[in-house]
Amino acid sequence: MQRIYMDNNATTIVDPEVFLAMEPFFVRMYGNPNSLHSFGSEVKPSMAMAMEQLYQGINASDDDDIVVNSCATEGNNTVIMGIYFHSILGGDKNHIITTQVEHPAVTETCRFLEKLGVEVTYLPVNEEGVIHSDDVKNAITDRTALVSVMWANNETGMIFPVKQIAYACKNRGVLFHTDAVQAIGKLPVNVQEVPVDYLTFSAHKFHGPKGVGGLFIREGAPMVPLLHGGEHMGGLRSGTINVAGLVGMGKAMELAVGNLDYELSEVLRLRNKLEDAIAAIPDVLVVGKRIHRTPNTTLASVRGVEGEALIWDLNRQGIAASTGSACASESLEANPVMAAIGADKDLAHTGVRFSLSRFTTEEEIDHVIEIFPRVVERLRDISSTYAAGGGPACSVSPEQS
Amino acid sequence: MGKKDLLGGSLWDEYSQEVNRRMAEPEHRGDITEVQALKMGGKLIVADYGAESCGDAVRLFWVVDPATDRILDCKFKSFGCGTAIASSDIMAELCIGKTVDEAIKITNIDVEYALRDNPDTPAVPPQKMHCSVMAYDVIKRAASIYKNVDESTLEDEVIVCECARVSLGTIEEVIRLNDLKTVEGITDYTKAGAFCKSCIQPGGHEKREHYLVDILKRVRAEIDASQIREQATTRDFKAMSLVGKIKAIDDVLSAHVKPTLARDGGNVELVDIKEGEDEILVFIQYSGACAGCASSGTATLQMILGILRKELDERIMVVPV
Repeated sequence: MQRIYMDNNATTIVDPEVFLAMEPFFVRMYGNPNSLHSFGSEVKPSMAMAMEQLYQGINASDDDDIVVNSCATEGNNTVIMGIYFHSILGGDKNHIITTQVEHPAVTETCRFLEKLGVEVTYLPVNEEGVIHSDDVKNAITDRTALVSVMWANNETGMIFPVKQIAYACKNRGVLFHTDAVQAIGKLPVNVQEVPVDYLTFSAHKFHGPKGVGGLFIREGAPMVPLLHGGEHMGGLRSGTINVAGLVGMGKAMELAVGNLDYELSEVLRLRNKLEDAIAAIPDVLVVGKRIHRTPNTTLASVRGVEGEALIWDLNRQGIAASTGSACASESLEANPVMAAIGADKDLAHTGVRFSLSRFTTEEEIDHVIEIFPRVVERLRDISSTYAAGGGPACSVSPEQS
Repeated sequence: MGKKDLLGGSLWDEYSQEVNRRMAEPEHRGDITEVQALKMGGKLIVADYGAESCGDAVRLFWVVDPATDRILDCKFKSFGCGTAIASSDIMAELCIGKTVDEAIKITNIDVEYALRDNPDTPAVPPQKMHCSVMAYDVIKRAASIYKNVDESTLEDEVIVCECARVSLGTIEEVIRLNDLKTVEGITDYTKAGAFCKSCIQPGGHEKREHYLVDILKRVRAEIDASQIREQATTRDFKAMSLVGKIKAIDDVLSAHVKPTLARDGGNVELVDIKEGEDEILVFIQYSGACAGCASSGTATLQMILGILRKELDERIMVVPV
């Protein structure tokens, strides 16, 4: 059976070019870069090239730092915990601002700090799933140490006004961190145009390997390492460097930036084709205006069909998609994004997310367009809520049709 | 455990073949109309149940023969995950042919068991057990409609853990009988809290009326109070807490000393006690006629000492301050 992967916001296939770039560092060039001998030193040119690819990828200055780490979760934790140790513990600041729809790597770290006495403001999103930069501006106080707002949301693909937020923070002298895992390779990311202090990313979200990520630190921004025990990365992150991972991430970054035009045109076209077909099904709501979304993501609510059942049926048909409403998760509360955007009770557990990549083909999209309505029809035939009337009909957001 | 988490299969790998089969092709899905019910010679009962927090909902259709109370046919519709669909399907099957009173006895445990491929392997992973509970609840609702009685009259127990069908009474009893001090202990003895874990403490899958942590706290407090009461009634002075000892000394002074002193216009108050290994120092303060009375350091003091030692503990020493 043909298998179709439409869950690229979760992870992506490693680009064959990335794989080729990494291969030598597993068998032939396995030296520890910190060693004095030739096994160690011979890997350094490739590492230097990879770092250059990363710096160029986000347009970082040579005076800034990009710390190579294991993932965006590590980067997010490092920034938030680091600010706690640098500015909050023993300092006169005690406040962090974030949103209700961040990745748990941000929200759960903030909740942990709340137990240590830190005040955290979790800004709500509007019905489209974004916050307004004025909300951040208004929430900043003299005691605010950090603002952490994602660049783009993993569930909805909605793009946050990070540029305005970054300037608002800069004007108030508050440090600004953005989790950019869903932005790299899907949107232009330029740290000269958007004055963030910290930016986190993860290679496996843009066709690089799993287990390697990066943390951008603006020159002069405080940085307290999370891992101690070595002088790697200038003492900013201990642990022997994942050479193959770094080389792969560098190559992946180069390719992601190089393919950005394709992403913003062809991937967008395919996503819109799929989305048009989904939205044509009665009582389906697509979340958020296209113009405010990453080009690869569609989050749709299918009235009367529970999200996990939908994913299960799609999986049986060889289609991998995602839902945030799985009822096996710790809490059965509705998908936080769906709840945050004010989805009514009947829609809160109905989300299905399709996320494409530059490897998604037109044939795959056509296949999903063929299968999806059948799956919806089958589950609606079983559904008690849809058979009971389904409530008021939903409509697609105005700018989509 | 990290290793188990890392290497365990996907959630769906833990479903039995029967669950998979019924998720894909539920045999009893659909609805029944009044006309169809009449043709079968029965009464149509339609019941809805929704687990609001997880968003699941089920609609149950019964055709019941009024003469025998027997369920002639049963169908369902369900908004829920695969487990909810499969559970509803087997629930419908289990209902057919039973009387309404027999159907009420079908629990989610029966539903899960009927979905097993073999008797020893659960049909669904523990965290999905709560999806089968809805099947039990909707039967109860259908029965209450048929019998035209309040649903609560069909449930004679307060169920704390719906996944394992463990009642409040059972949990209270095992805590008391086994002197349990942890929630894990309750789970070991009863299986309550072993599945979806909603009943352990607030913040889980679903909001619950009773949580194991609260029940444990309450019953432990009752056990402690009962022990204190027992100590107080047996006046086992040595086993009393410090506060208990103070209260006991004060009680003895009030009952046996103060009335005697009051006859001469005097009084005494307990100021403090200090407990050592071999003695218990009881500090008292005289007032009224006793303050400054010569006897307060001799005969009166000996009287007080004698009474406290006789009533409470031979180790007591009385010190006027």
